[in-house]
Amino acid sequence: MMLEAAGICIGGRLHDAAVQVRGGAVTAICGPNGAGKSTLLGVLAGLIAPDAGSVTLDGAPLATLDAAERARRIGYLPQAAEVAWNLSVRTLVGLGRLPHRTGAAADARAVGAALSALGLEELAQRPLSTLSGGERARALLARVLATQPQWILADEPLAALDLAQQRAQLQHLRALVASDHGDAVAGVGVVLVVHDLALAMNHADHVVVLDKGRVVASGAPLQALSPEVIATVWGIEAEWLGDKGHRALRM
Amino acid sequence: MTRPVFLLLGVLALALPLSLLAGQVWISPFSPPVPNATAILMELRLPRAVLALVLGAGLGAAGAAMQGYLRNPLADPGLFGIAPAAGLGAVLSFYGGFQAQGVLLPLLALGGAGGAMGLLALIAGRSGGIALFTLAGMMIASLAGALTSLAISLSPNPFALSEIVTWLMGALADRGWPEVRLAAPLTLLGLGVLWRAAPALDALALGEAAARSLGVNPVRLLWLMIVGVGLVVGAGVAVAGMIGFVGLMVPHMVRPFTDQRPSSTLLPSALGGALLLLVADCLCRILPLAGGELRLGIALSLAGAPFFLRLLLRMRREIA
Repeated sequence: MMLEAAGICIGGRLHDAAVQVRGGAVTAICGPNGAGKSTLLGVLAGLIAPDAGSVTLDGAPLATLDAAERARRIGYLPQAAEVAWNLSVRTLVGLGRLPHRTGAAADARAVGAALSALGLEELAQRPLSTLSGGERARALLARVLATQPQWILADEPLAALDLAQQRAQLQHLRALVASDHGDAVAGVGVVLVVHDLALAMNHADHVVVLDKGRVVASGAPLQALSPEVIATVWGIEAEWLGDKGHRALRM
Repeated sequence: MTRPVFLLLGVLALALPLSLLAGQVWISPFSPPVPNATAILMELRLPRAVLALVLGAGLGAAGAAMQGYLRNPLADPGLFGIAPAAGLGAVLSFYGGFQAQGVLLPLLALGGAGGAMGLLALIAGRSGGIALFTLAGMMIASLAGALTSLAISLSPNPFALSEIVTWLMGALADRGWPEVRLAAPLTLLGLGVLWRAAPALDALALGEAAARSLGVNPVRLLWLMIVGVGLVVGAGVAVAGMIGFVGLMVPHMVRPFTDQRPSSTLLPSALGGALLLLVADCLCRILPLAGGELRLGIALSLAGAPFFLRLLLRMRREIA
């Protein structure tokens, strides 16, 4: 499985950006504010049409895909998602079934699998207004899982969470990549926009660094987030300490 | 979502026959027969009750759809400017003279509604953006309001002036089967269109970007909203004048009994709107008031404004 963008130009925001993301792996998109991270994610999700360039999903142009078919294959979690009504967790997660026309029984199974994948069974009947920030973030991710997509594209899913919740959320995502959840396809491809470089370094398989709308580095975390790249893009002299999975940035 | 639906259907089944008995002349199966009872029931009260059900259902459902579309519990079908534009069309018919008015009024009102729908589509139809759409609706509403005031101030004679002002207040008095034949098909068509928009409205609860990622086509949704709300509201104004607050109040009353998705509030709101208008019209009919009966539009505004205020106060507490 491969989601690929080539030669993406969007007036002033992205310049000839190219990325390749693999299924069964976690890809992190990093960069300073205004680098075009969210825009690139929106392009990969098929939500923003580029002025030039193409996005292909397993070799087929994403733009030619029917909207419902695209929705079944690519799940998208927007940044700081607000939910308009005080839905129960189960109803919220059920919205992820909208692109499917599989009948109530299959929908209930998928919702149940998504709830249990994120440990939300106990909270299923609770209205959203009574949840903590971490529980809410889990419920919103479960909504994406209920669609059983092959790809999960999330825009800063960790931004509003405390450290423990960030870890838990990343472990959930990592578990999706590693194994199958419910009836879904094994080895989901996950793409995250991440601000915290240490999170990207320790939890991503692949890192894409954006600066001023251009892809400046792409590859394994140690290469893409090398001290040289960090110095050029963020203007910070820093080095990585520690072992794989526990690296920390020393400035 | 089925429980509130059945409950409302049950109450409607009780309220409809009762409403037929109430009026200036009470008709009761247990008291001595009233002269012309059949005519009063079949030609006066039944069409009026049916009209109340039809218009109430349309306004209730349109309100629920609007609140879902704008993701805002304070939205109302009037926000699109379709009702004021239909009102403007109706007011212009008073210039056509008394004889022509019976035919002209609903046609011009529907024309006004259609004009507002066309304008909305022209301004916002291609982008499908909700903010642009709302602003366009507000602009149309204020323009139609200003033109209506102009038409009133230039009215040909004082008699027409008083007719216009009275008509604008909205009522079901003296409406018959012809009005039902005009409004019912348009309203049902509009309800069907809104029903088709329901899944997209559910997705919109997650925000515009997430809704699009779930396969919602914003342009298609916008057209469904314009046509659905336009048909329902245009038909209502064409036969009954301005009736406010139903679309705002009813979705609020039924929402706590549903799972809160817009699609689940649509049908209960239609039934609740039908019930509210039926009961309100009945009360207007039997309230003793010097110089005729209380206008339905005024009665609903009188009841609706405190409701709205309470809503605002509750929301203020939630925000604070």
